[in-house]
Amino acid sequence: MEKLKKKIGSFSFWNWVIASIIFRLILIYFPKNLNLSSRPEVSTPLTSFRRLAEGYWLKQSSMSSYAGSMYHGSPLLLSLLGPLTVKRIEGQPNHLLYSLVSVIADVVSAMLIRATGQNLRLAYLRSLESLDLVKQIDVSEFLFSGDIAALIYLCNPFTIVACVGLSTSPIENMAVILCLYGACSRLIPLAAFGWVIATHLSLYPAILIIPVIFLLGCGPDSPPRKLFLQRHQQKEVLNQLKLPPGFSWGPIIHFAFWAFLWSVYVLVLCGISLKQFGGLWEMFKSTYGFILTVEDLSPNIGVLWYFFAEVFEFFRNFFLIVFHVNILFMILPLSIRLRHRPCYLAFVYVAICSMLKSYPSVGDSALYLGLLGWFVNELADMQFSLFLFCGYVGVSLLSPVMHNLWIWRGTGNANFYFTTAMVYACLQIVLVVEGVSAVLNHDRKLRILITGKP
Amino acid sequence: MELSFTQGRWNYESWGGFDPISSSNAKPPGVELWAVFDVPQHHIDASWKNLTHTLSGLFCASINFLESTATYSTPEWSFPPASGNVRYGTLPCEAVCTENLTPWLKLLPCRDKAGIALLLDRPSLYRGFYHSQRGRCVLAKSSSVYLLLDRGLVAELKFPNKENGKSAANGLTSENFWSNPSFELSVNPDRIFLEESSSHSKSLSILYMFQVEKYSESEPFDIGLMWKVPVAWLCQQTPLHASRFLMGSGNERGAIAISLKSTQFTEGFMSANSKDGSCELRVDVFQVVPWYVKVYFHSLRVFVDQQPRAVSDFIEKIHVSPSKDKMSPGVMEVVLKLPCRVNTAALTIEFDKGFLRIDEYPPDANQGFDIPSAIISFPNFHASMVFLEDDSLNRSPLLSKFQEKCPVMSYTEVLLVPLTTPDFSMPYNVITIKCTVFALYFGSLLNVLQRRVAEEERFLKAKAAKKTGRLPLLLSKLSAKLRGSGINQD
Repeated sequence: MEKLKKKIGSFSFWNWVIASIIFRLILIYFPKNLNLSSRPEVSTPLTSFRRLAEGYWLKQSSMSSYAGSMYHGSPLLLSLLGPLTVKRIEGQPNHLLYSLVSVIADVVSAMLIRATGQNLRLAYLRSLESLDLVKQIDVSEFLFSGDIAALIYLCNPFTIVACVGLSTSPIENMAVILCLYGACSRLIPLAAFGWVIATHLSLYPAILIIPVIFLLGCGPDSPPRKLFLQRHQQKEVLNQLKLPPGFSWGPIIHFAFWAFLWSVYVLVLCGISLKQFGGLWEMFKSTYGFILTVEDLSPNIGVLWYFFAEVFEFFRNFFLIVFHVNILFMILPLSIRLRHRPCYLAFVYVAICSMLKSYPSVGDSALYLGLLGWFVNELADMQFSLFLFCGYVGVSLLSPVMHNLWIWRGTGNANFYFTTAMVYACLQIVLVVEGVSAVLNHDRKLRILITGKP
Repeated sequence: MELSFTQGRWNYESWGGFDPISSSNAKPPGVELWAVFDVPQHHIDASWKNLTHTLSGLFCASINFLESTATYSTPEWSFPPASGNVRYGTLPCEAVCTENLTPWLKLLPCRDKAGIALLLDRPSLYRGFYHSQRGRCVLAKSSSVYLLLDRGLVAELKFPNKENGKSAANGLTSENFWSNPSFELSVNPDRIFLEESSSHSKSLSILYMFQVEKYSESEPFDIGLMWKVPVAWLCQQTPLHASRFLMGSGNERGAIAISLKSTQFTEGFMSANSKDGSCELRVDVFQVVPWYVKVYFHSLRVFVDQQPRAVSDFIEKIHVSPSKDKMSPGVMEVVLKLPCRVNTAALTIEFDKGFLRIDEYPPDANQGFDIPSAIISFPNFHASMVFLEDDSLNRSPLLSKFQEKCPVMSYTEVLLVPLTTPDFSMPYNVITIKCTVFALYFGSLLNVLQRRVAEEERFLKAKAAKKTGRLPLLLSKLSAKLRGSGINQD
C-alpha cells in the first residue's frame, strides 16, 4: 500500500513538471514574450536582458562593457549568454535560445530542490527515531517536502514570469540552490562552486556561508542538540541511542580550500577578460559598487528606489549604511537561535536578502517561496498563512495596475506604485517573522513531548 | 572658439541650406559653444570650465551650466580639427534676451545710439522668427552693406515663369542688371560681384556692395528693395533634408528617429552622376544625448527607402561614447554611406527614460527635458562662394569668409522628452514611512528570536486568574481567535 501511494505520488510529480515546462514553452512562443521583459517587477538594472545585450554589443565593439552605466553584471555571464542575445533562428521567436537556457536552469533548480528536500526529510525521520518519538508523532502523514518544494518552485507564477521575461534570475537562483544542495549532500566542491558563483553574480548570497558552515559541520536540520542529550539521559538504562555527532571542523577546512580555489579561478577569468578596460577594480566598482550605492532609481518591487529619490543629499550615505547594516545585523541573532536548523537559516537569510536588497525582483521572491516548501511539516502551524497568500496574490495583481496608472496613463503618481511595494515588503516581513516563530514553536513542542514540561 | 545665441529655428525648407550663410551661420536654438584647446590633454577640462565661467560673466547668460561634465562632450570626427582637443556643449532651452546684446554693443564706440547698431532695434529683433548672434566677428576697414542674391533667385529672375507672361529673357550684364523689371533698388550699388562657377548649380549668385562712408547725416543711407512683380524662388537646399523626432509613448521608454529625405538637389546631383553607377552620398551624424535618456546602442536600426536594412551595409564608421549616470552625456557619431539615388533614409535608436532625484529636476519639472540638436553634415559638398574680385589688395573680409571651405551642415530639431516625476511634496513622508517599515522588521524579528514562551504563558495564566470580569475574558478569547491557531491550543 505504501509503495503504491509512493508510486502515485511520484507519477503526478513528473506530470506537474512536464506541464510547467510545456506552459513555459507556450508562453515563450507568444509574440514578444508578452512584454514581460519590460516589466519593472521582472527586470531590474541588474537582471535586465536588454542591458545584457547592450553590454555584449559594447564588448563586441571593443569597448569596455561597463563603459556606459548600462551593464552591471558579471563578465562571465556576458561571455556565456552574450552570443545568445544576437543569435536569431529563422521562423522562431527572437530570443528562443536564451529562454531555453532559462527553462533548463529552472528545471535543474527544481531537481536539486527535490533532492535536497528528500535529504532533509530523511534526516528529520532519522532524528525522530533517535529521539524515540516515532510513536508519538504520526510519521505517515509527513508530506514529501522535497516534491512539494520542487513543484512550488516550478509552478510558481513568479518563477514562470521571471523565466519567460528573460531575466538572469533563474541562473542566480540555480547557483544558490546548487550551493545548498552541495552542502546538504556533503559534496564540498559543488557547494563551494555554487557559493562562489552566487556571490559573484549578486553580492547578497555571501551571507549564506554561515548556513553552509553549519550544514557541513553539523549536518542537515534536526531538533536542538539539548533534546538529544535529555533523551539520552532519560533512556540511558533502556536503550543505547546514538547521539548525533558534534561539530566537526574537517569539512569546513575542506570547503574553505575549495572556495578559495574557485574564487581565484573566477577572478582570474574576469581579470583576463577585462585586462584592457580597467581590470578587476572596474568590475567591482560597476557591479558591487552599483549594488551598494543604489545609483539607479528605476522603480521596482522594492522600497529603496523611492526612498533614495526623495532623501536629501546630505543623508544619503547614512541611510545607505543603515539599510545595508539591517541585513548584516540580523545574521548573528538568527544564527545563534537557529543553528541546529541550517537549511531553515538559509531560507530566512534568502528571504531577508530578497526583501531588503537594492534591486529586488519577483525572481528573488520565487527562490525563497520555493525553499519554503522544504519546511511544510515544521511550518504546519504557521499563523496568518491565508492572509499572506491572499496578500501575495493581491500585490501581484495590483502592482502592474499601479505602474500603468503612473507611467503610461499619467493619472496616478509615484505614491500609488510605492504603496504596493511597501505592502509587499510588509507581507514579506510578516512571512519571515511568523515563519521563525512557527519553527521555534515546533521545537518547543518537541521539547514538551520529551521532557513533559513546557 | 565659437559661441552663438539663437532664438528660433532656421527653416531649412524655405530658407535653404547650401549657401555659406545657412550652412555655417544657421545655429541650433539656445546657446552653442565649441572650442579647440591648445593645452595638454589633462588641462583641457579645467580650461573649459574657466572658459564657460568667463563667457557667462561677459554675456550675462547661464553658460556656466556647461561646466559640469554631464553637459559637454568630446566629438571626434564632426568638427574640422579632428583631434581630442575639441569640446562641444549646448544649452537648448536657454532663452536669448536683450541682456545678451549688450556685450556686442559695448564693443562699438557709440554703442546703440548711432551707427550700424541703430539697426538693432530690440522689439523688432526679438519678434522675428529667427535671430542669432555669433561670436566670430571679422574686422573690416570700412563699413559696407552687402545684398546677396541667392542662386535660386537669380535662376528665377533669369528665366521667369512662363505663366507670368513675361517671356522676355533678361540679358545678364553686370552694368545694368539693376534694371531688371522684377525688382527695383532705391540705391545703386557701388560694386557688383559675380560668383565664379559653382559645381552644384547652374546659376550663379550675385553680390551687391554698398559703401556706407559715402553717405552722411544730410544724405542718409536708406536702402530699399521693391518687388515689381511677385517672384517666388527656391533656395538651394542641402542634399538631404534632415529632421528628427521622438517615437513611442509613455514615460518609460521611447525611440529617437532621424529621417533624411531627398530634396530637389539630390535629383540634380543624381542626374549629374548618373553615369557613375556606384556613387555614394556620405552623411555624418553627430548626436549628443543627456545621461537621463539612456540610449541602447545595440538597437540602432537603419531604414533605406522604407525598408529595414542591415546596419553594416550602410554604416561605414560609428563611434559611441556611452553615457555615464550623472557624469557624461551619450555621444554618437555615425558616418553613413547612402546610395545617391536614395529617396528616404532613417536611423532609429531606442532609449529608456531615467529617474532623477528630486533635487535634479528643474523648477518646472513637468515641462520635460531637452535633447540637443543633432548635427548632420555632408563632407562631400562644400558650401562656399568664390566671387570674382579685381582689387585683390582691398580684399573684403566678408568675401574671404564666403570663400572658406566648410562642409554643408544642418541642425535638426531640439527634442523635448517628458520624464516621470516623483511626488515632490513627499520627502519627509517617504522617509518616515519607510523607516517605520524597517523598524517593524527589525523589532518584530528580534522579539520573536528572544521570546521565552513558557515564561510568557505562566505570566498570562497568572494574569488571567486575577481577572474576574466577563468582558476582559471575552476580549482575550476574541483576540486569541483572530490570531488563528493560538499558543494555548492543544
